Amino acid sequence: MEKFTQLTGIAAPMPLVNIDTDMIIPKQFLKTIKRSGLGANLFDEMRFDRQGNEVEDFVLNQPQYREAQILVAGDNFGCGSSREHAPWALLDFGIRCVISTSFADIFYNNCFKNGILPIALPQEAIDVLMKDAEKGSNARMDVDLEAQTVTSSDGEVFSFEVDSFKKHCLLNGLDDIGLSLEKAASIDAFEAKIGQARPWV
Amino acid sequence: MSPKTLYDKIWDAHVAHKADDGTCLLYIDRHLVHEVTSPQAFEGLRMAGRSVRAPDKTIAVPDHNVPTTAGRNNPDQMPEDSRIQVAALDQNAKDFGIHYYPVNDVRQGIVHIVGPEQGWTLPGMTVVCGDSHTATHGAFGALAHGIGTSEVEHVLATQTLIQKKSKNMKVEITGKLAPGVTAKDITLSVIGETGTAGGTGYVIEYCGEAIRDLSMEGRMTVCNMAIEGGARAGIIAPDEKTFEYCMGRPHAPKGAQWEAALAYWKTLFSDDDAHWDKVVTIKGEDIAPVVTWGTSPEDVLPITATVPSADDFEGGKVGAAQRSLDYMGLEPGTPLSEIEIDTVFIGSCTNGRIEDLRAAAEILRGKKVAVKRAMVVPGSGLVRAQAEEEGLADIFKDAGFEWRLAGCSMCLAMNPDQLSEGERCAATSNRNFEGRQGYKGRTHLLSPAMAAAAAVTGKLTDVRELM
Ligand code: SF4
Repeated sequence: MEKFTQLTGIAAPMPLVNIDTDMIIPKQFLKTIKRSGLGANLFDEMRFDRQGNEVEDFVLNQPQYREAQILVAGDNFGCGSSREHAPWALLDFGIRCVISTSFADIFYNNCFKNGILPIALPQEAIDVLMKDAEKGSNARMDVDLEAQTVTSSDGEVFSFEVDSFKKHCLLNGLDDIGLSLEKAASIDAFEAKIGQARPWV
Repeated sequence: MSPKTLYDKIWDAHVAHKADDGTCLLYIDRHLVHEVTSPQAFEGLRMAGRSVRAPDKTIAVPDHNVPTTAGRNNPDQMPEDSRIQVAALDQNAKDFGIHYYPVNDVRQGIVHIVGPEQGWTLPGMTVVCGDSHTATHGAFGALAHGIGTSEVEHVLATQTLIQKKSKNMKVEITGKLAPGVTAKDITLSVIGETGTAGGTGYVIEYCGEAIRDLSMEGRMTVCNMAIEGGARAGIIAPDEKTFEYCMGRPHAPKGAQWEAALAYWKTLFSDDDAHWDKVVTIKGEDIAPVVTWGTSPEDVLPITATVPSADDFEGGKVGAAQRSLDYMGLEPGTPLSEIEIDTVFIGSCTNGRIEDLRAAAEILRGKKVAVKRAMVVPGSGLVRAQAEEEGLADIFKDAGFEWRLAGCSMCLAMNPDQLSEGERCAATSNRNFEGRQGYKGRTHLLSPAMAAAAAVTGKLTDVRELM
């Protein structure tokens, strides 16, 4: 997994609430057996018409947002299915950070496994950052995971919370499976114990 | 010992390792796998030279992609990409030695229906699957939730999941349900009340008389949609109904082990003075048959209501409501019972069980459909066989329904069963998102009985008028 430490980039505004995983990557693109290449179909049904032409006013089709690396979105981003294709598509497009008031649980976890930083901030902060994002490519936001801050293009700083373990893994690009396998002895012992206590499992 | 909730008890019984910051390795008792969210996980194992740690606790079944029409065993019936995905699961199941129900096995079906049916899901277990509706299994008093593909790989390799504990939420449905009101109406009404993010950060325990009165099928319907309320999981304490459902299932314990399991299962309830971080109480008698009008499961109203206007909402929801109304092609003020329906879909892991088919057939008996297309997709091959034995299949067919083979089908339209642009569907599934059932397709969520009522009148209909 790619590390995430610090990012300065263009933020695209998506004020819609409840942006669900079916919007992020519609199901017809889930039939792949790979992780890569999904960026072309990110937000497919909003981004393209039926003929495959770009929908002009969709935010990521506007020239100033084509290189966006950050999304500022409405409440409850990523609700819906568990499909990790959603963060894969975001990442493949180039989005490394999503900022919202709240995220759906599974999506939130999936981001961390793919080097994407989801940041939850209060509504007032989102209001400021949404306005900032609307300024287009002149407005570069700065995200610093080590310091746990987002800085608007005007220099306004917002601090965010992040779980210390998730932060550690993201900062160092660590693979959780490797880390968990280091605890194999605990898993073995636990398995032996429940084999006795709950043999039907 | 301090009082605990049911969730606390199951959690505590599965912590294999706890780090100083509270991050735990939670041991997983059952890992269910389907073809869409697993190929990259198996690929990851291969690339790292890892094996499946507990193949005996890992169960796979293809469901999302498979056609539900006759002759589907012929691979030519499937589009190339679906065929590759199903073939990848066949191969992975074989290579890694996990339990498998292939497409041509009568036990094949939607993963969340197959698990309980085969006795894989039992009280007190931790159950995960790369699918958000894993919450369904919570109906057994199991801690069950969806995970992403990276986590699927993590569970395959380690039989654990890295987790932090969620908060405890109690949703109590008191009293009795009125006639015509079902488990689906309960679960939709709860989401209408709490919103799609109301459960974020929580595990919900559903309790109260109306929940106790539900069958296991009904309880699965309620827990299935905990995720639409944002919760990590939904759970219902096991009782005699649960034990009776589990007894004799192929993978349920037998003999002395059954007795030992039963003794343990009887300890699985929330203690009287357990701490709840949030409590929601709804009176059973206040719940009406409901439908959704918008493109979020929280857009739910009693069938007797009218289509709302965007001004009825506040904040970010104003824009979202307007977008929903435009997408759904609805005028504010229209009575919901005047909305004409093109298609009826009965099935999915929410409502594809035998009891759901019985409820729908009850309304359909001796009637004909008044919609362009009506489809029943049983949740598993065994549900299908039972429905045929009980004569339900004939009722559906006589009414003009297509009688399909088991799978997810039009719940997410990854197989050929899809809505066309503007087609309006009354669906017993769980998501009405934009494009969910087909590009620009319009979905109204409701119970099986309500879906049957819509099928015979051609409009969204208060099922109580047909009872
Ligand atoms: S029936 Fe629908 S919700 Fe259930 S597992 Fe299949 S696609 Fe998902």
